[in-house]
Amino acid sequence: MTSEALSPFEVRASLDHCIKCTVCESACPVAAVTELFAGPKTVGPQAERFRAGSHSPDHSVDLCSGCGVCSRVCPQGVRIAEINSRARAELKHQDGVPLRDQLLARPGLMGRAGRPVAPLFNWAMGNRWLRLAGEKTIGVHRLAPVPQAATRPFSRWVSRHTSPPSGRRVVYFHGCSTEHFEPDLGMKVVRLLEHQGFQVVVPKQDCCGLPLQSNGLFPAARRYVTRLARQLSRPSTERLPVISSSTSCGLMLKREGLEILGLSDPSLVDVSRRTVDLFEFLLGLHEHHELKTDFAPVPLTVAYHAPCQQQNQLIGKPAFDLLSLVPGLRLVEMDQLCCGVAGTYGIKREKYDIAMRVGGPLFADIQASAPDLVACDSETCRWQIAKATGLTVVHPAEILYRAYGGI
Amino acid sequence: MKHDVVVVGAGMAGLTAAVRLAQAGLDVAVVATGQGGLPLSPAVVDILGYAPHLVASPGQELPPYVAGHPDHPYARASLDALSKSVEWFLELAAPLGYAGALDHNLMLPTAVGGIRPTGIVPETMAAGDLPAGAEVLIVGIRNYRDFYPQLVAENLKRSSRALSARAVEVGLAGDARALRPQLLARRLELPHVRSELARGVRAELAEEQAVGLPAVLGLSMAHEVWSDLTDSIGRPVFEIPTLPPSIPGLRLQTVLGQALRRHGGRLLIGSTATRGSGETGLLKSVTVAESSRSVEFEADHFVLATGGIATGGIVSERAEAPREVVLGLPVSATSGDHNGTYFQEHGRDRIGLAVDNQLRPLNASGEPVYRNVHAVGALLTGAVPWRELSGNGISLATGYAAATAILGGPV
Repeated sequence: MTSEALSPFEVRASLDHCIKCTVCESACPVAAVTELFAGPKTVGPQAERFRAGSHSPDHSVDLCSGCGVCSRVCPQGVRIAEINSRARAELKHQDGVPLRDQLLARPGLMGRAGRPVAPLFNWAMGNRWLRLAGEKTIGVHRLAPVPQAATRPFSRWVSRHTSPPSGRRVVYFHGCSTEHFEPDLGMKVVRLLEHQGFQVVVPKQDCCGLPLQSNGLFPAARRYVTRLARQLSRPSTERLPVISSSTSCGLMLKREGLEILGLSDPSLVDVSRRTVDLFEFLLGLHEHHELKTDFAPVPLTVAYHAPCQQQNQLIGKPAFDLLSLVPGLRLVEMDQLCCGVAGTYGIKREKYDIAMRVGGPLFADIQASAPDLVACDSETCRWQIAKATGLTVVHPAEILYRAYGGI
Repeated sequence: MKHDVVVVGAGMAGLTAAVRLAQAGLDVAVVATGQGGLPLSPAVVDILGYAPHLVASPGQELPPYVAGHPDHPYARASLDALSKSVEWFLELAAPLGYAGALDHNLMLPTAVGGIRPTGIVPETMAAGDLPAGAEVLIVGIRNYRDFYPQLVAENLKRSSRALSARAVEVGLAGDARALRPQLLARRLELPHVRSELARGVRAELAEEQAVGLPAVLGLSMAHEVWSDLTDSIGRPVFEIPTLPPSIPGLRLQTVLGQALRRHGGRLLIGSTATRGSGETGLLKSVTVAESSRSVEFEADHFVLATGGIATGGIVSERAEAPREVVLGLPVSATSGDHNGTYFQEHGRDRIGLAVDNQLRPLNASGEPVYRNVHAVGALLTGAVPWRELSGNGISLATGYAAATAILGGPV
């Protein structure tokens, strides 16, 4: 892969480099568990040749979870996952997008609707009869993980918090999950960055549009990510690094908005170059001897899983590398590609079983490491792993926060 | 980002160098555009199959062979490195039961029923080395479409071993649609599925001395699946390579990847090294593409294992001279044309990098371009691996020798 995003034309043209070597087929986590999915090579570069306008010769592309492993392992640089993402959107365009996908694609809507009645919302999500009804009516699997709505959004905390002024400033892009479901994580990320001497600017921000994109709603996704890029590039925050604690939303800004949605909006191009993953940023500080290492021992065994969307940023495993510096911590690296959930994929009625089978080896490896905690950078993966293993799953920032003595 | 060693490329040669360096305690990062070639490889280690006559004992033939070909990668790496690398590999790949020795080639059936003279093989394949004229049953699995028992059997009859081969097909319950190799391999890890297969094979078995099955006998439990089938069928059972994806290749890739991780190495798949920077004679870093920017990977040593012209380590565009893609190193043996006959050597078959005895690429005056850059595997000039059947052997020996050079020992 190159570091430059390709145009939609170039993404599609990359299929001509496919030599049918099947490396993608042997790496695909979905093809490894079900014959229903024809595999990345077949639904991608092969079927794409026959997709003219609205007709797709292959409907199993809908079973692609979008984990992106195929594009990463392709020795020829074929953008298989990106081709498939666009083909899925075209399929949705033909067949219509169900109400369920419209709802799942707007986590902010769910978060905002749930907040005023958070205890009731959370109770309803835990009630098996209501969940069964939800599966029958809208098609969200009754056992699928759903987050807990927070009583107070992260932005409320931000409005009452003053980041100590500093000559070194960063922008924090927290994403919808932190805003509506895990505000405590956002607070800790801000504290971690302030501890390194940064003034943290948290502009008003809305959804990046990734769930819309993965549910095939491209026009809305384009509007969302463009709006977000403008929110993150006000004159007062020009040229500042944009730090993301959500790996999939960070990748949306870094690359997918340009490459999958085909945008060339100047704000998005600018923000794509400034966006850094939280641990990518912190590890960069460490390499320049600028990271505070006043760590207290954290005597825990932690299983660390690098989620697929984080791996697609091609930045290695910075959270693993950084947490390896924490004294007393026994960090066990998981060696599986995907937990299966892939955003909203695994919570859908017809895909839940596939997602659980994809995640099976990861869940088994995690259990075998007998951890006190599991760490994973991506929110939907955390919820999936927690649900499947019964273990507590945290963002690696939580461990670092603890290593700094709870700051 | 600073490492002791950066290896570019994740095939057999790159992983060999990387694992060995990580075992020695060095901080190693492997960056690779894609997954590397092992998922396509039958995962046998060919040492020397043709010179150009059929080779029965590479150990006997290699000393005069490399003396006559001083630019051969085996000559550059040294035959001592080759034999040490084989010992090292046998230990590393012990979980897959690899066996074999330099002094004796095994003659194994190929995916199309040819005979492959090869050196080091997994235990699941070894019984395919049959005496001339032996009777063998070649078993296909219904709805698994990447293996053709009839083709294999017919060609084995006509092969140099003139095996008395018979093809049959056995079905597994409930398989209405096309079977994918990984799923099939995983299913055969279930005892009742392989019992069903064994029953089907026994029902077809006549006087045959051995049974050949497609190489899908388990992904992570190959030993159990293979030995269980051998016991319940009651004859020696062997795997025959299939069309890709190659299950034996995936097994070997897993073993090498796990060894790298166990020793603290980093494997970055999907990351393309685009160029290098340094000063005269010393490379400081390679530039690696991330999803939205490029970063510098600094290191004390670099191993280039990007493959040859077939895998993109060297690019030859129409009107331009062939070029090495990462560092722009000088490329040798670039001239020559097709001589009109398909099976003769092509003038450009040996395109690659010329190296010294530490495997450092050389400039036109025969000096290393960089003191700290080593090239391994198919990127090297001096051999036509697909003709002499020496590909994984060259990768293993040169990957091992590059690691030795970096560790400061005798090569």
